[in-house]
Amino acid sequence: MILQANSVTKNFGDFTALNKVSIHVPENSIFGLLGPNGAGKTTLIRIINQITGPDEGEVIFDGKRLNPDHISMIGYLPEERGLYKKMKVGEQALYLAQLKGLSHHDARQRLKKWFEKFEIQEWWDKKVEELSKGMQQKIQFVVTVVHEPKLLIFDEPFSGFDPINVNLLRDEILELRKKGSTIIFSTHNMASVEELCDNIALINKSVKILDGPVKEIKRQYFTNSYQVQYHDINGKPFELNEPGFELLNSSVDDEIRKVTFRLPASKGPNDLLAAMLPYVNVVAFNELIPSMNDIFISTVNAVNDNHTPES
Amino acid sequence: MNKIFLIIKREYLTKVKKKSFIVMTLLGPILMASLFILPVYLASRQDDKQVISVLDETGLFFDKFEKNDNYSFSKVNTAFQEAKDSLTKKGNYILLHIPSTQLNIPHNAIIYSDKQPTLNLKGYISDAMQKELTNQNLAAEIRQEILHNNKSGYQPGNDTTDEDLMSERINKNVREKSFISITTYKTGEGGEEKKSFTELTMVIGYVGSIMIYMFIFLFGAQVMRGVIEEKTSRIVEVIISSVKPFQLMMGKIIGVAMVGLTQFLLWIAFTFIIITAVQTAFPQQFKKTQTQQAAITGKSVALPNETAPATPNSISADTGNSDLNEVFEAFSSINLPVMILAFLFYFLFGYLLYGALFAAIGAAVDNETDTQQFMLPITVPLIFSLVVAQTIIQNPESPLAFWLSMIPLTSPVIMMVRIPFGVPTWEIALSAGILILGFLVTTLLAAKIYRTGILMYGKKSNYRELWKWIRYKG
Repeated sequence: MILQANSVTKNFGDFTALNKVSIHVPENSIFGLLGPNGAGKTTLIRIINQITGPDEGEVIFDGKRLNPDHISMIGYLPEERGLYKKMKVGEQALYLAQLKGLSHHDARQRLKKWFEKFEIQEWWDKKVEELSKGMQQKIQFVVTVVHEPKLLIFDEPFSGFDPINVNLLRDEILELRKKGSTIIFSTHNMASVEELCDNIALINKSVKILDGPVKEIKRQYFTNSYQVQYHDINGKPFELNEPGFELLNSSVDDEIRKVTFRLPASKGPNDLLAAMLPYVNVVAFNELIPSMNDIFISTVNAVNDNHTPES
Repeated sequence: MNKIFLIIKREYLTKVKKKSFIVMTLLGPILMASLFILPVYLASRQDDKQVISVLDETGLFFDKFEKNDNYSFSKVNTAFQEAKDSLTKKGNYILLHIPSTQLNIPHNAIIYSDKQPTLNLKGYISDAMQKELTNQNLAAEIRQEILHNNKSGYQPGNDTTDEDLMSERINKNVREKSFISITTYKTGEGGEEKKSFTELTMVIGYVGSIMIYMFIFLFGAQVMRGVIEEKTSRIVEVIISSVKPFQLMMGKIIGVAMVGLTQFLLWIAFTFIIITAVQTAFPQQFKKTQTQQAAITGKSVALPNETAPATPNSISADTGNSDLNEVFEAFSSINLPVMILAFLFYFLFGYLLYGALFAAIGAAVDNETDTQQFMLPITVPLIFSLVVAQTIIQNPESPLAFWLSMIPLTSPVIMMVRIPFGVPTWEIALSAGILILGFLVTTLLAAKIYRTGILMYGKKSNYRELWKWIRYKG
């Protein structure tokens, strides 16, 4: 467990940004911090970064209570990110790396390596304002990881990145995990969560409402529902007289009918197929796995009645 | 602490490398130097022909003043006081008075005028007198030398070494005795002849306070713009994940302070270089104006008059240079080291106090146009103190002056006005203590506003909001 937040509470005046939130981030994993806008994700991240302190509760980093020594072990790519526009790229990267505790010499060497890797050496002496947004994002990424932190925090890392850079970023993140880093993602882009995250925590209105490994959460939301597609010759819905098999949905499109059944807990996909095969020509069969997006929306909605889903 | 140094360094280097800094650094001294040089230049110009009344009690010099395009001379035969009175009534006059001396050949002259005589005129008169005086002295010296040699049986032309020695001795004596000193008196309506040097005290105090006012505004605004820049470019969040907001704020304020000090020192150095260069290039315009220069800069007072390497004797003799003496007096009453120390102290802490407030404003807004509402409480005490300073110059001991030099928001400007007049040590110490305390308190408050403000985007803040931020815990 590289990072552990124990019932962290943070108030801004009368407003409670975090209410007894606990998270556990295992080492060498990718952790998704999810939640609608204004839920308190950024506040939690700022507490981890020691930008602000918790009112109650504590944060344990690598077995020790969070302290200023940990700053150099954490890399942070904020959602609201930018660079000094009038400063030269190399100078600026050096400055930021040194602020993270690297010596001038080390910073220069490592930055050179990263710049070579991304093939951006010729930008070193350019001013930031001469670069495109995508170029600036690459620099920001390099600056975030250059001090080889144990823990990396990306707040909405993919927002504002073009598709090429998104791919590059994703590959780099996976490689960083392979090298032993732990990554915390804050996002409401659910597709990236399913693809990358090992664990998640879902925060809504300052309270954590769901957490755990992605696989387990998905299992929790396992509904034992399946979709079957078959050739519909008669143009009539198929009637299945099995007890407990519930027809959720039925639609036809170009002589292919799609039906969705939810099975009782005692039955499995084979039972459904066995019941159907004598009567119809099955074209396709698949389990209906709840997407993280569905889980996100349904959980948040369950907790918060007047909530409107994220777009 | 290493990190705060990095911040100061970045702040300093980026600001110093800016074009605007370089332009300001070069323009400033040209402006300042022209402040010194222009009056001298203007004073050396002549508009129309001047008639100079000459009261030559020695009878040696009047014939030597040749009229030219600019001047003509008329002889006055009445007694001095009478001549002066009649001329004063007439107005627009210049009276040159060469008093007779009993023992020596005279070497001083006094110009009375109802306006400042031009420097060219002084030069012209002094050249003419010098020439005559040199001749007179030379003749006298040679007479004496011959007398002396006759006594000792010296035969001229016998020994070249002796001859060289003799001419050298004569030249030296002549040089020493041929020093001309011209004093000018500007007589006003009431007939008072001397300038009071409280004026100088006032000018020094006022210039000091204006400079502090300017520096606070100039560099305070730079701090504010820097904070806004970091906020709008969103780099601030990256930085404060590495350093404490307080470190970032103080680093910026200190960095800008160093930029200010650098600029200030460069200005002084460049101004000095320009003035020296101009003086070297146009020595004619400046050599006769040592007295005036002294009154302006207070520095060249100690320099000996280059054109006439005078022995201490001839200076302390009745050259009648009361202007110079008064400048000396004025300066010795001011206590220059205290003045300079006070300036540096009040500049530094005044700036630090206001710099923190400027930083807080920068953090509370999203762009420069939103700063207006918060600027008011900062600009009002500053402008107020500069306005009141003019009253305080007249009455530096008043209770108003005392209290305003204790309140930390006004004390940097007001104290600078008062110090040249002499302020009790305990008052300075108290005011300094309060200012330091004020700096600590405002910095603490500003840091709280700053800490919250830099992370608030797109939200219009007001005073209630700021008060809330101040009360937030860590």
